[in-house]
Amino acid sequence: MTEEEIKKTVFQLLQRIAPETDPSQLMPEENIREALNIDSFDALQFIVSISEKLNVDIPEEDYGKTSNLKSLLAYLEKKVKK
Amino acid sequence: MIKFQMPNLGADMEAGTLVEWRKQTGEVLHRGDIIADVETQKGLIEIEVFEEGTLEKLLVKEGEKVPVGTVLALINDGKAEVSESVIPAEEAQKPEIHPIEEKTETPHEKTEEGERIKISPLARKIAEANQVDISLLKGTGPEGSIVKKDVEEAISEGEKPTQEVEKKTEEIKEISAKPVTANANAVRMAVAAAMSKSNREIPHYYLEKRMDMSKAMDWVKEANKELPIQKRLLPVALLIKAVAKALDEVPDLNATWENGLQRKNEINIGFVVSLRSGGIVVPAILQTDSKSVDEIMENLNDLIPRARAFKLRSSELSQSTFTITSIGEGGADKVFGLIYPPQVGIVGFGEISEQPFADEGMLGIRPVVDVTLAADHRATDGLIGSKFLAALNRHLQNPEEL
Repeated sequence: MTEEEIKKTVFQLLQRIAPETDPSQLMPEENIREALNIDSFDALQFIVSISEKLNVDIPEEDYGKTSNLKSLLAYLEKKVKK
Repeated sequence: MIKFQMPNLGADMEAGTLVEWRKQTGEVLHRGDIIADVETQKGLIEIEVFEEGTLEKLLVKEGEKVPVGTVLALINDGKAEVSESVIPAEEAQKPEIHPIEEKTETPHEKTEEGERIKISPLARKIAEANQVDISLLKGTGPEGSIVKKDVEEAISEGEKPTQEVEKKTEEIKEISAKPVTANANAVRMAVAAAMSKSNREIPHYYLEKRMDMSKAMDWVKEANKELPIQKRLLPVALLIKAVAKALDEVPDLNATWENGLQRKNEINIGFVVSLRSGGIVVPAILQTDSKSVDEIMENLNDLIPRARAFKLRSSELSQSTFTITSIGEGGADKVFGLIYPPQVGIVGFGEISEQPFADEGMLGIRPVVDVTLAADHRATDGLIGSKFLAALNRHLQNPEEL
């Protein structure tokens, strides 16, 4: 899976949770949850769906790495390549 | 024979539209079966039956909007005498305007001249409560029947408006082929009605306690290491369980105020779910006290998306006995709630954050949460509330026992 495909998947899943937003407008270092107004329950659902879709395990101690696009994409890329 | 009525699904509900009958005449019904879908301000709700029997007759057509308490169907339970459908006590919240004990199926009455007065059950209730002579009223409803609006207009002309009049008027017996889908505005109005009633009628008292969450958070973290990602816990699942345990110790808060304190046998905790489009829905986690933390989390995983999609069952909306509101990460430090009538308490959890915390002569940085309790001073006093917060704190310091 390429970088672009991962990004596309992330945007799709974010949009499913926050349908009225446009995740592609997110700045790389913007806090995703704050910008898209996602609560803790939906944040967990997002992590579950991304782990299922990309078939990667995201342990709880790594949740901090999912807070903005830049670190999330870097983290997922590393995970997918493994 | 049992009369199955339009249930009351919350302090703010006056009427519902029967969208679809899920059971047909002659079908055998079991307790918990979904008999119909009803459209309310809170969306499309699956209505459950609380009795066993055979569906004898459907009295309300699909698409028809009827007031709370209207007989929807007759269920044959093998007994000759006619009895009311067993509506859980929690549902009978507003006897002054909800004609739950209404016996007449046909809302007709004879005048002295022998003519029938057509009046909806809700309008009749309001008229009786306000001593309005219905024979003097002119109906504007279907076939000239008297509806709620007519009675309310008569009241407001005659005297000071009553509480019922303040509520937005709604035409009863209005027939709509396509029910209006619950929208942000309807939810807003439902919240407005319930919270106005709460603030108007309930003398709230407030207590607050800061609680050390380090043991609870460690427990959740350890549990999550073992759990597959789909089953991982949020701290709120543990908080809900701890509240259920504390309520078990302080049963006066697991109650309703309806002509006095009515303790409830079951602990069904309502959990405030906010909607992206604005407004809130409060589904209940049924029998919270008998569920494990894992099961509560499973329940939340099922309930929250359904609440957001407006797909709840009647029992989930009508049977909560206490409410929890939680702000969660990135939110306010404290939340002071308004009680959902006729309940007598609501607990509010602020954001769990790291704070300086002194314990046994040592100052350390720990995750803490500021917990508030708003309780009905008619039902309990501060001492009871304080006891509840102390019990809650004790349970959070012993998460392994939850």
